[in-house]
Amino acid sequence: MSLASEIREVAGRYPSSTSAVLPALRLAQQRYGWLSREAFEEVADALYLTPAYCMSVASFYDMFHLEPVGEHMVEVCTNVCCGIVNAQAVLEAFERELGIAPGETTSDGAVTLRAVECLGGCSTPTIVAVDHRYRQSVTPDDVPGIVEELRSG
Amino acid sequence: MAETTIGAEGTPLVLAGALEEPLRDLASYRAVGGYAQLEKARATSPHDVTEQLIQSNLRGRGGAFFPAGRKASFIPTPDKVAKPIYLTVNADESEPGTFKDREIMLRVPHRLIEGCLIAAHAISSKHVFIYIRGEYSAEYQVLEAARIEAEAAGLMGDVTMVVHRGAGAYICGEETALLESLEGKRGQPRSKPPFPAIQGLYASPTLINNVETIATVPKVLEVGPETFAEIGAPPDSTGTRVFCLSGNVVRPGAYEAPHGITARHLIYDIGGGIADGRELKAVMVGGSSFPVMVPSELDTALDANSLGQKGLFIGSGVVTAIDDRTCIVQFALRVAQFYMHESCGKCTPCRVGTRWLVQILRAVEDGSATDNDLETLLDVCDRIIGKCLCVLGDSAAMPVASCVTNFREEFRAHLEHGGCPLGADSSLAGLFAPVDQHSHTPVPQEVPV
Ligand SMILES: Cc1cc2nc3c(=O)[nH]c(=O)nc-3n(C[C@H](O)[C@H](O)[C@H](O)COP(=O)(O)O)c2cc1C
Ligand code: SF4
Ligand code: FES
Repeated sequence: MSLASEIREVAGRYPSSTSAVLPALRLAQQRYGWLSREAFEEVADALYLTPAYCMSVASFYDMFHLEPVGEHMVEVCTNVCCGIVNAQAVLEAFERELGIAPGETTSDGAVTLRAVECLGGCSTPTIVAVDHRYRQSVTPDDVPGIVEELRSG
Repeated sequence: MAETTIGAEGTPLVLAGALEEPLRDLASYRAVGGYAQLEKARATSPHDVTEQLIQSNLRGRGGAFFPAGRKASFIPTPDKVAKPIYLTVNADESEPGTFKDREIMLRVPHRLIEGCLIAAHAISSKHVFIYIRGEYSAEYQVLEAARIEAEAAGLMGDVTMVVHRGAGAYICGEETALLESLEGKRGQPRSKPPFPAIQGLYASPTLINNVETIATVPKVLEVGPETFAEIGAPPDSTGTRVFCLSGNVVRPGAYEAPHGITARHLIYDIGGGIADGRELKAVMVGGSSFPVMVPSELDTALDANSLGQKGLFIGSGVVTAIDDRTCIVQFALRVAQFYMHESCGKCTPCRVGTRWLVQILRAVEDGSATDNDLETLLDVCDRIIGKCLCVLGDSAAMPVASCVTNFREEFRAHLEHGGCPLGADSSLAGLFAPVDQHSHTPVPQEVPV
């Protein structure tokens, strides 16, 4: 199915098609990895909006990528409940293992590392979302294994 | 990989039947009496259902503790409005320390759906939206699968239900920002009035409730409103809460217990006490948006009135134990950074004030501030609290002010010591806040082709 028809199908669930902007941007990002100018144009056309409007919405939300990102996404919670247990050590282990700082992508384009706010898994710190799946109770010792998994997978 | 610990004290309501294994499919939910209350509710008048909610004194579990039945009664009846009536469920759960709605959706998704359909009947709504935070993928899949199953079983009647995914913005948990976001806009709060009950989604009457509130509704009908009203700490804090216990405790987890158990009981008896033989220093109660509790207040009952007498809040049922390895200045700084990152920017005291809080706290933390700056910090808090369009501003200022007031000596010690006296031993030393990335988008050195 084309992106446009997928978007129109989703838009049909709402009383007003503008409500489908977030789902539409999500679909576009799933397809292309990030939201390019062209992606915004496709989304805008499918919903009868302007690309500028869609961009203004996308830029408000943390999960939309306005520039290219790595093939895999590693997001480490650094809010207080994980923080007071071991979040900083876990984040540093990822930095060492990947050779990049939070906010960066490895030079081969394989992995992007991000520090993020509370992911809603505070009783099993530290929470790391790997490609949007939660890993619970991650310790620095788990980090080499997770990176290995990503590099081989 | 450790799973979340789930437990209960007394008879669980929201998590009933799901403590051992999740009740994800329709058959297993039906086996514990699922959807029987929906049938019962649909056989009575909408007004009757609302009356039962009022009688039970079920209050909102999302943070504001507003009586759920009264809120439902504000929705005009269909004969009074020409517009559709909407029910919107708040599953945006992003308050630091909160993970109960996630457990409810993973363990008893059908109880949430049954609650939605009962609440929809109470306000004669045919359209339900569940706004779930964008980061919740597994939760979305479980909930959507349950919705499809319920629909296939003919349980929806003439009601349509859409599970709508957010995209990463704490402020979209604020009810009017949620509505804006659901309309396909940037998630910036609206000024109230008009309240959503009169002009909510697409300017139509809209009821908004938290996941836990709605998932409690079938149980209110099952045990009966009079019985429900006697559970917990009546008359105001009725029923149970799924408390979110986290931090430096031996057994963190989601524990359903009646309102009114003490923080001490939750942390020490249920949670096994402070981990690694450390001392308790402070407790984040309700969420990061509220003043912190100090150890001398541990015997306070976890209900709205008892907490209120101490200037504390029940919020979303958070109890995070903070031990003596934590620098309280760094804690306040990290909390302030969160609100600065999440401020929607619509009003000045919050947009600018949260930045000031972070700047001053940074200077205190590295020891470059002066005694005067502590007064300025409290002054900035004062200029934020009660002066913003939504409660996010207060949520930044209240915890910071309470840290300064309760731990003034520790703040001073940073100034005298020229930095954190705990040094690298502080559990929060050097903690990286995403706000420091200055960019919502990681940029690769070389764009891979
Ligand atoms: C900044 C901010 C964030 C909020 N986040 C949430 C949230 O994630 N989930 C929630 O249920 N309520 C949240 N609320 C409270 C909602 O505005 C609203 O009071 C609640 O959803 C109503 O449901 P209830 O009456 O069942 O609690 C938030 C409020 C503010 C000011
Ligand atoms: S208080 Fe903050 S989050 Fe709320 S409307 Fe104002 S700027 Fe936006
Ligand atoms: S603080 Fe890390 S998941 Fe909540």
